[in-house]
Amino acid sequence: MTPLLVILGAVVGAPARYLTDRLVQSRHASGFPWGTFTVNVAGSFVLGLVAGATTSPAVTALVGTGFCGALTTYSTFGYETVQLARQGSPLLAACNAVGSVMAGLGAAGLGLAVGAVL
Amino acid sequence: MTEELPPAGEDVVEAPPRPVMEPFRGQGRATLAVAAGGAVGAIARWAVGLGLPTLPGAFPLGTFLINVVGCAAIGALLVALTELRQAHPLLRPFLATGILGGFTTFSTFSVDSQHLLLGGHLALAVVYLAGTLVAAVAATWLGAATMRRLGR
Repeated sequence: MTPLLVILGAVVGAPARYLTDRLVQSRHASGFPWGTFTVNVAGSFVLGLVAGATTSPAVTALVGTGFCGALTTYSTFGYETVQLARQGSPLLAACNAVGSVMAGLGAAGLGLAVGAVL
Repeated sequence: MTEELPPAGEDVVEAPPRPVMEPFRGQGRATLAVAAGGAVGAIARWAVGLGLPTLPGAFPLGTFLINVVGCAAIGALLVALTELRQAHPLLRPFLATGILGGFTTFSTFSVDSQHLLLGGHLALAVVYLAGTLVAAVAATWLGAATMRRLGR
């Protein structure tokens, strides 16, 4: 049952990441990967919310492991960071790296706090 | 049959374009490929978690390895797909955005770090946060550089 819930969450989360990235990247002219930043911060908040609000294994598998895990990505984040550095923007690469980690951490903390209240 | 005609002298006003839908045009098959790959990646991540579960107050080794390995793989894969050869247009959405994107996770990384901080494991949290970031970016670069060397 658990693997099925993980798959169900992932088949929604992964395309949501792809389409959000396309939408966000079409809305600004800079080379900064705001699309991946957006899904990573949003997913960190939602996972914090789930972790703070429930211990249900089914909800954790569906929304946490499946949806949030597939909505967020470390591989594309890593690749875009390296690409920024390679294309001559080491400062933007560093901003993306440190900014994403700090924003994700903050969003997770906020999610945990809100989830604990709910 | 009575059809409403525009008043004389006025042009027919067409529906305005919907630019918000523009980025999604023609993305149906790629989106399905991402969904299918995402399911494969997520199940693989879940399976690694069974073997290497994250325990309270301990270094999240499973997630660390998932993210570092996934980064090395995407570095090598995207060089192969975008620089070395003309790849089928659905390979990148399926393999990179789907499987590797679904395999690696930023949300678990953030929440596990926050749990370490809240549990008072400050040093471990910093080691995990900085360690994952440095190892993942280095792995991405190494994967890409290795593939470029092999493809030469």
